[in-house]
Amino acid sequence: MTHIRSRREALRLLFLISPSLFWLIVFFFVPLLLVFAISFGERGTYGGVRWVLNLENYRRFFDPLYLRIFGRTLYIAAATTIICLLVGYPLAYFIATRPPRWRNAFLLLLMIPFWTNFLVRTYAWLLILRDKGLINTFWTGSLHMGLLQLSRLLPLPIWEPLLRATANPLTLFGTDGAIIIGLVYGWLPDMVLPCYAAIERFDFSLVEAAQDLYANRRQSFLRVILPMTMSGVVAGSVLVFIPSLGAYVTPDLLGGAKSIMIGNVIYSQFMAARDYPFGSAVSFVLMAVMLAGTLIYFRTGRE
Amino acid sequence: MSTYAIQLKDASKHFGSVIAVDRVSLSIHDGEFFSLLGPSGCGKTTTLRLIAGFELPTQGDIYICGELQGETPPYRRPVNTVFQNYALFPHMTIFQNVAFGLEMQKVARAEIRQRVSEVLEMVRLPGMGGRKPSQLSGGQQQRVALARALVNRPRVLLLDEPLGALDLKLRKAMQLELKELQRRVGITFVYVTHDQEEALTMSDRIAVMQHGRVLQVGTPEQIYEQPASRFVADFIGETNFLEGQVKGRRGSEVAVVVDGVLTLHVPAERAVGMEDEVTVAIRPEKISLHAEPPDAQAVPGVVEEVIYTGTDTRYLIRLTGQTIVTVRQQNVAVGSSACFAPGTRLYLRWQPESARLLMA
Repeated sequence: MTHIRSRREALRLLFLISPSLFWLIVFFFVPLLLVFAISFGERGTYGGVRWVLNLENYRRFFDPLYLRIFGRTLYIAAATTIICLLVGYPLAYFIATRPPRWRNAFLLLLMIPFWTNFLVRTYAWLLILRDKGLINTFWTGSLHMGLLQLSRLLPLPIWEPLLRATANPLTLFGTDGAIIIGLVYGWLPDMVLPCYAAIERFDFSLVEAAQDLYANRRQSFLRVILPMTMSGVVAGSVLVFIPSLGAYVTPDLLGGAKSIMIGNVIYSQFMAARDYPFGSAVSFVLMAVMLAGTLIYFRTGRE
Repeated sequence: MSTYAIQLKDASKHFGSVIAVDRVSLSIHDGEFFSLLGPSGCGKTTTLRLIAGFELPTQGDIYICGELQGETPPYRRPVNTVFQNYALFPHMTIFQNVAFGLEMQKVARAEIRQRVSEVLEMVRLPGMGGRKPSQLSGGQQQRVALARALVNRPRVLLLDEPLGALDLKLRKAMQLELKELQRRVGITFVYVTHDQEEALTMSDRIAVMQHGRVLQVGTPEQIYEQPASRFVADFIGETNFLEGQVKGRRGSEVAVVVDGVLTLHVPAERAVGMEDEVTVAIRPEKISLHAEPPDAQAVPGVVEEVIYTGTDTRYLIRLTGQTIVTVRQQNVAVGSSACFAPGTRLYLRWQPESARLLMA
C-alpha cells in the first residue's frame, strides 16, 4: 500500500518537474555534452570540427601565453570580488540597519542604475576613463590650469612635480584597473543583496549580549556579526567571482588591446579564429576551475 | 563610602517625545535580590538597560559600585545581563558561549576551561559544553544564559524576565533555584518581571513601576500589606476598592462613608481632610464572614455569588446598592464548602489595620 502510494507520488513529482527537466536536458545538458565532445576534436581547414579524439586542445591551454591570461583573469576576478565585498558589505550593513520603511527605498536606489543596459553602462565607463575622458579632462584641464595659477601666485618648488604629473593624461583605459572598476560596478548589487539578506535576518540583540560580555565594537563584529552573516558573504562572493571569471564585455570594452581575459580568448576562438575545439577546451577548463573553486569555498565557508 | 551596588539618581530616558523612564531614583544594596515590577511598557526593562549601558540616560546619573557611569559603554561596566530571549550565540557551542566573556577579558586558557566547567556544574549542565544552543531545551538554554553571565563573577547581575519563556511548572522550579543560587554566590541581582507572584516569591525588595515612574519601593510584605497607591494595591494581588468620602475623625481613625450609607472606620496613616474623596482597600482574604454580627464594627451584606476554586471559595458580596466586595475563604473543612448560599444575609469583619486608606 505504502509502496504504491510512494510510487504514485514519485510519478507526480516527475510530472511536476518534467518541464524544467526537459528544458535543462535539451538546452543545457545536450549542448554541454556537444561542447565537451568538440573539445577533443580538431579544427577543420575552413573552420568546422574534425571529429578525432585527442587532448591537443587541453595541452595547448597550458601554453604560457594562455596561462598568463588565465592568471590575470583569476587576479582580476579575485580583486573584483574583494573590492565588491569591501564596498558591498558595509553598504548592505548600512541599509539593513535603517528603519524598515527606508530599507526598500535604499534597495531601490541601488537597483535603479541596473535598469539601464549593461553595455551602455560599461560604455559610459569608457567615456569616463579614456585619455580624453571625464577624469583626464579634469586632470589635464582644470586641475592643471589651477595648479599653474597657484604656482604663479606662490612660487614654491612643490608645484613642479604636480605640474609635471598633470601635464599628461593618466593611463586608465586599457588597464586591469579599468576592467576591475567596470566589473565592480557591474556586480556590486550581486554582493550587496545576499549580504543584505543575511544582515537583515541577523538578531542585533546578540550584539548587545556580546557587548555585555566585554566585547568592544570590533570584537562584536568579528566574533558575532561576521560569522553569523557569513552565508551572505559566501553567496555574494560566489555570485561576483564566477561571472567575473567568465567576463567578456567589460574587458572587451575597457581592457583595450593589452588587457584581455579568458572570456575574450574563448570569444576569439569561436568567432575570429573559428577554432571551435580549442574554444570548447578553454570553456571546459574554466568551468572546471569555477566548479572546484565554488566547492572548496562553500566547504570552508561552512566551517 | 557606600554599600550600594547600584544607585540611580533622578535618571530619565526619553525616546523622542516618549518618556520611558521618568526621574527614577533607586538605591540597591550589595547582595540584594531587587526586583523591578510593573506592567509591560512601565519602563522596567529600559531602567535595566540604563544600568547595563545599552541606553544612556537623558538626564540623571547612574552609579555602579559607587562609580559614576556617565557614557561608559556596556563592555566596560562590571555588570552582566541575562536576556529575556537568552541571546545565546547560535554559531557557538555551549562552552564557547560561556567562555566568551572570559576570552574577551583575556583570561588564560586553562583558567577559562576550569571556570566554564565549574559554572556549568553549578547550573546543573555538566558535560553539555560541546552542544549547540539549538540542541537544548528552553530551560537548559535559560541556564546557559545564566552560566554565561555568572562565569564572569560580576558585581551585579541584571535579569530581564529570564523565566518569561518557560512553562509554569519549570518556572516555579527555576524561581526557587535562582533565589537559592543568588544566596549562594552573593551577587546583587536586579530582576525585571511583570509577574507579581514571581517578584513576591524571590525578592528582598521590590520597586513597583508605572508610566516610567517608581511608585513604591519595599519588601514584598510592605508592598503587599501597605500598598502606597491604588495602582500598587491593584497590581499586586487582588484588592477590593471602596470609594467614599471622609466624614469624621476619631483618634487615629477616620470615618469613610461609602455610597452615602455605609460608614467604615479606617486607620489614617496620611493626612486627609474632611470631605476628601478617598479609597479604602481591603484584601479579599483579610475579611471574615459571620452569620451573626460579631461586634459593632461588622458590616452587613448579601451573598451574590459563590465560586469554588479548589483551595478556597470566593464570595461576591453586595454591601450597598452599588458596592460589591470579593471575600476569599480557605476551604479548611471538607464537604459542602459553601457555608453561605447565594441570597444569605451575613456580616463582614476585618482587623482595622487590614484596611488601607488611599487617595482616590
